[in-house]
Amino acid sequence: MQPGLFHILFISTTLFFLGVYGFFTRRNLITMLMSLELILNSVNLNFIAFNKYLWPGQMEGLFFTVFIIAIAAAEAAVAIAIIINLYRSHRSIDVESAEEMKY
Amino acid sequence: MIPDFIYLMRSELVVTLIIFFLLFVKIGKGMRNSSLLPVIQFLLLVNFLSHFACHCSGNLFGNMFLVTPLITMQKAILSLAVYLISLLCTEWLKKTEHLAEFFLLMLSALLGMFFLLSSGNLLIFYLSLELATIPVAAMANFDLHKRISSEAAMKMILSSAFSSGILLFGISLVYGSTGTLSFSALPALLNGSPLQIMGFVFLFTAFAFKLSIVPFHLWTADVYEGAPVAVTSFLSVVSKGAIAFVFMTFLYKVFQPLHTTWYNLIFILSIITMVIGNLFALRQNNIKRFLAFSSIAQVGFILVGISSNDPGGMTAVIFFILVYVFSNLAAFGVADVIAVSTGKETIEDYKGLYATNPFLGWILALSLFSLAGIPPTAGFFGKLFLLTAGASTGNYWLIIIAGLNMVISLYYYLKLVRAMFMDKNENPIPKIYVNRTVKWAMVLCALAIILLGMFSWLYDHIHSLVA
Repeated sequence: MQPGLFHILFISTTLFFLGVYGFFTRRNLITMLMSLELILNSVNLNFIAFNKYLWPGQMEGLFFTVFIIAIAAAEAAVAIAIIINLYRSHRSIDVESAEEMKY
Repeated sequence: MIPDFIYLMRSELVVTLIIFFLLFVKIGKGMRNSSLLPVIQFLLLVNFLSHFACHCSGNLFGNMFLVTPLITMQKAILSLAVYLISLLCTEWLKKTEHLAEFFLLMLSALLGMFFLLSSGNLLIFYLSLELATIPVAAMANFDLHKRISSEAAMKMILSSAFSSGILLFGISLVYGSTGTLSFSALPALLNGSPLQIMGFVFLFTAFAFKLSIVPFHLWTADVYEGAPVAVTSFLSVVSKGAIAFVFMTFLYKVFQPLHTTWYNLIFILSIITMVIGNLFALRQNNIKRFLAFSSIAQVGFILVGISSNDPGGMTAVIFFILVYVFSNLAAFGVADVIAVSTGKETIEDYKGLYATNPFLGWILALSLFSLAGIPPTAGFFGKLFLLTAGASTGNYWLIIIAGLNMVISLYYYLKLVRAMFMDKNENPIPKIYVNRTVKWAMVLCALAIILLGMFSWLYDHIHSLVA
């Protein structure tokens, strides 16, 4: 059986919600970043699947994917720099350790 | 013959040139802060004036980059705000170790906002939104040795990365159901199918994160408190203004076919935003947190204006943001002067400020009056136009609730004014020497707050650009 649009969308939606779930439940900053990458990759899958199955005549989805990958790298670079700085001052990369400001 | 794109992209080119100039300063021997800062302030003034060089409109790169006089006007407002920040925060900027990097990041974010306002395609829209948010997270971490500064940056980068993930998921669903990313082709293809509604709700959520509309506002107060005052004022005025402008174009131009869907969303969210923002502002003791929650409440009022869905609403929102720039920046300017010279940030410390520093007391009082919307100031007219625009849809409940919220907000703004003017303090803030540049910028803000309310030509001008 050939995989169709439905199968790929199922996988990408699952990935998206796994990412959201991980982002909300994990307390380690690096793991939270990894969950964010899951979200972005599910979007990539979405774009490629839509482009291939529904709009095969154009390239917009593919281009978008390339840009998402590039931006995700930039975002991770800044995020990791911030996390390293947080580690220097708090000696931990657990989000629970950074809780000086509250209501 | 000068090519078109130099005219149309002049503000982007000027900002890019300033960025390169700062990079070269950094690579070279480097300059002392006290000699570099006036140069940067002058360049930012040039950047502001460059918007008035021509009154042109057009599009570039196959409809990806749009320029109209209205967009130029919005960019000019943002540039003016950045110029004012560079003047008002002179004291802090002189002390910082990395002045060139600070402006590199701030101008990169500004460049991103310029492209955001001009974007005519979801791809450019996404790229510029990232360019406008990632540097701000790095800026929030600028007090490298302070623990709360790195906590603020961590909260900011995580929430903005998460919201851009949601934004992308929404864009992918919209792309899947319409097959186009272009703003001009999208409205004809939107027919309200469930997939499109779902994509739209994801997009709306991402905007709600960036604008700190209430269920998604939790990062705001922490980031505002932890970041240096210069960054906080940039976040609350420039970032918020740019996103509000683009949100409006988005709803009015691109998602016009889904009007009934987004009207209901905005109706509910604006009520929650005003109420929660005001109730939390009541109990704050730190001046930055206080201003953060007051800015959340102001976003609720902006949403009332956006809900009108006509040119009048658009004019009202742009005028309100212009007024908000002056009043909020003046308030943050005073907070910055006091925080830099004494390190005091709580409202308790502001008791008796008028007795020792009458100038700062008056400026802060005037800006708080404008934020609260008390008649002679421009803030009153900004709110009046917003509510009138919101009333044009015939939904009077929204206006009644907004009016009640204005009363609640009066209480906490005037509480701070009372603390400054009437309360006694055994350990007041000592007399502070205010730098001449800072004083000049504060007087400029105060004049704008008073005069914008009295002369209507600017409002008429914005209205003629919108219509």
